[in-house]
Amino acid sequence: MEGLEHILTEHPFFAGFSAEHSQLVAGCARNHRFNAGEYLFREGGPANEFFLIRHGRVALEIVSPGQTPIVFETLGEGQIVGASWLVPPYRWMSDARAVALTRAIGVDAACLRNKCETDHHLGYEMMKRFLPILVQRLDATRLQLLDVYGKR
Amino acid sequence: MAAAPYPDPLAPQLYRVGRVRRELADTTTLELAPVTGPRPTFEPGQFNMLYAFGVGEIAISISGAADAAHFVHTVRNVGAVSAAIAKLEAGATIGVRGPFGTSWPVVAAQGADVLFVAGGLGLAPLRPAIYHVLANRPRYGRVVILFGSRNPKDMLYRRELEQWRQRLDVDIEVTVDHADADWHGNVGVVPALIRRVAFDPHDSFALVCGPEVMMRFTVSALRAEGVVSDRIYLSMERNMKCAIGLCGHCQFGPVFVCKDGPVMRFDKIAEIFAMREI
Repeated sequence: MEGLEHILTEHPFFAGFSAEHSQLVAGCARNHRFNAGEYLFREGGPANEFFLIRHGRVALEIVSPGQTPIVFETLGEGQIVGASWLVPPYRWMSDARAVALTRAIGVDAACLRNKCETDHHLGYEMMKRFLPILVQRLDATRLQLLDVYGKR
Repeated sequence: MAAAPYPDPLAPQLYRVGRVRRELADTTTLELAPVTGPRPTFEPGQFNMLYAFGVGEIAISISGAADAAHFVHTVRNVGAVSAAIAKLEAGATIGVRGPFGTSWPVVAAQGADVLFVAGGLGLAPLRPAIYHVLANRPRYGRVVILFGSRNPKDMLYRRELEQWRQRLDVDIEVTVDHADADWHGNVGVVPALIRRVAFDPHDSFALVCGPEVMMRFTVSALRAEGVVSDRIYLSMERNMKCAIGLCGHCQFGPVFVCKDGPVMRFDKIAEIFAMREI
């Protein structure tokens, strides 16, 4: 467990986290290894974990029947995969596939949500870290939707 | 540093099309050599006015190396004039005025990290500056090239990007807005790459070219990382006609893009950059 706690404190997402909070999160965390092509999660499945990528690359995909999957974002080292664990009904809204061998820390969502309910300071620290990510991804999505490189 | 244009900047000179490369379905690169006399010198970032005889004239950035014997222009077929130019074959003639405008700060950036951020066809105006920096590599700190494209098949200069990727002294990241599962590179917008690459934001020059919306997001990401406004340079685009600041077609607030640009330092235009009425 000490090893995981150390890894978490080194991860950019947890920069500035107190030792007490790092310990609480580490208590919900475990190591994962995904081979290239393996899925971290599938659309519609329970969002019972989120992932901090330590190494590798993950593609977020949407599939439309009869068409090949569309990759709309890739995430790499130091980034977070998954925000659906924050919002009921806690179901994934896309597929996440490892493009290359990927090592990640998975954080159990139910475990962490319970700790956040008990310790609102921890909950606030988590929200302060997740909200900028959500805003950045919303901004990026806007830019993608504009199709700025297309012919006008 | 701007090179002197021809004595009469309003009189097109006759050039002959040399090699033609079809880059993409709608994008062509042409080599142009003067029919008589030497090619004028130019600075990376400058543009020429290209005249398709009988059709019209448009401003196109120079996209080749400053030491090449000819001008290189990459043209995307988006209208009557660009379509006529993009269809030219080797041996055809074309009118050229220029070079005009301001240039990328390749001399001022010596000793600092250099971050090139390009989107779509915006890689073309940056390419002469990239050539210059790579040709004088020891004079610069880290060199980072970030390039965003619509999808993998619309990627400009793909072979050259792969060549640059082989260099150990350049960090290059390419991303596309959308891809299918066969693409193993980045997917996402180019400004999002800025926080993922290693450079010293307090001693860097950022050279940015692409659609204006993409540049707005890029400036925001650069400033969030700590790059100061007077070290961010953008290549602006407006409807240029005379190219010497007389006609006013390319007015951008208090400046003219043809003579005060196209390369502009961000702090000089920060107040009007995102103003929709400008």
